[in-house]
Amino acid sequence: MTRHRGRGIASINYPIGMNLGGDPSQALVHSNPSGKFTVALSSIDLGQGMKSVTRQICAETLGVPVEDVYVDTADSDTGPHCMGSFASRGTHRVGNAVMAAAREARGVMMEAAAEELEVNAADLETDGRGNIHVKGAPHRSISTKDVAIAAQFKQGKTISGRGIFLVPLSEVNPETGEMSPATCYAHACLVAEVDVDDETGEVAMVRMDSAYELGRALNPRLVEQQLVGGAWMGVSHALYETPEPYYPEPVHGPRDFVEYLMPGPGDICPHDIAVLERPAPDGPFGAKGPGEMCANPVLPAVANAIFNAVGVRIDDLPITPERVLRAIKAQGGARPQARR
Amino acid sequence: MSKIPLQFRHNGRDVAIFVDGGTNLLVALRELIGDMTPKFGCGQGGCGTCSVLIDGELHLSCLTLAETVAGRSVETLDGMKQGPNLHPLQRAFADNFAAQCGYCTPGMLMAAKALLDRNPSPSRDEVIEAISGNICRCTGYEPIINAILAAAGGRVSA
Repeated sequence: MTRHRGRGIASINYPIGMNLGGDPSQALVHSNPSGKFTVALSSIDLGQGMKSVTRQICAETLGVPVEDVYVDTADSDTGPHCMGSFASRGTHRVGNAVMAAAREARGVMMEAAAEELEVNAADLETDGRGNIHVKGAPHRSISTKDVAIAAQFKQGKTISGRGIFLVPLSEVNPETGEMSPATCYAHACLVAEVDVDDETGEVAMVRMDSAYELGRALNPRLVEQQLVGGAWMGVSHALYETPEPYYPEPVHGPRDFVEYLMPGPGDICPHDIAVLERPAPDGPFGAKGPGEMCANPVLPAVANAIFNAVGVRIDDLPITPERVLRAIKAQGGARPQARR
Repeated sequence: MSKIPLQFRHNGRDVAIFVDGGTNLLVALRELIGDMTPKFGCGQGGCGTCSVLIDGELHLSCLTLAETVAGRSVETLDGMKQGPNLHPLQRAFADNFAAQCGYCTPGMLMAAKALLDRNPSPSRDEVIEAISGNICRCTGYEPIINAILAAAGGRVSA
């Protein structure tokens, strides 16, 4: 009757977005007469930070301060079509669409500014602080607000842009079965350390160490937040959560938050995260997506750690105390493996 | 069913409403007073997002009969900020990225306030225990715990 320490490792390759129907997303960007910009999306921010990230992408592309951009999300009446927020696709797909829309809007804005300053638009640049000036001559300058006013009330121009991102649909090669389901992959490796109690079957997380490669981290704090929480979603899938604990028999299934097993604040263990940035060629400013992939390496790493601790290989999720105990009993006791 | 007159203090202000017998405090706050900061999560005391303070003690408003707060003082997240300034706990939550979807945040903040009001410098274990009745479905407990510790230590950034 003892607790066994075990360590497991897992590495993953995670495709960003889907292949189905080219997985498109659209964005519209327009300026208001105040010189502020609105991004219209039907894409939804569930708390993963898409609103912040698309705002940054739009501001950077337009060359205006981030405070001057407002992102209006989750309205399918006024926002252009989006496939949805899943498959870690938000930053990559929606971000690319926003970038395209902002680029088009920037073109109009520079034309309008050129008309006001009586120069060629190609000779203008933005300063990122809300001004447009002639390259090499910062005093020949106009604010984005004055450009917006001129476009609206004098020139009769809409400073706006449309953007869509569409991955060409990859057909399956009938001879070989080959296809390219994704254009962009994120990667991760995670080491999980657990304690397994061979009397109760309980698995306690001891620590996690991970490395995530997710292209450019456009907002490092949001990325970190997603990785911290997402890893625990992975632990939760590995050890706790299921709507059908006795599948396919539905009885004794959880009916609510009280019966549905989830990790609480007392289950949290130290987690050391390294973020590696290898910009993706087709990502907005090199970004991939940390959304779902942060949970994925945890499940196999925990299963491997349990094997390392007590020598049982459990391939049904979640790895409940009951499953651990049955497996230990079936092999005639815990058989700790060599420490790695 | 006849309505029951009910008076209590809501974030330092006297309020008077009529409630049906059996109305819970969460419904009274949200629908009759219009304070939407306590959230409806599970309606049965399992998630903590409806947490409020009654006479300074942490309670689940979904499991509290509205009638039982007669003459007492109810604090919600709506009363937490001091004028235009965020409460140090709110500031610490923002600085430490302690909210993702944000649905648990009102309950977490009230649980944290209940803790810090009686124990201004808690240990990490005491913080964990104080929020153990609150579920964060984004599983972002780590930054929440860190934010509460930061607020307690008077440090507003991570």
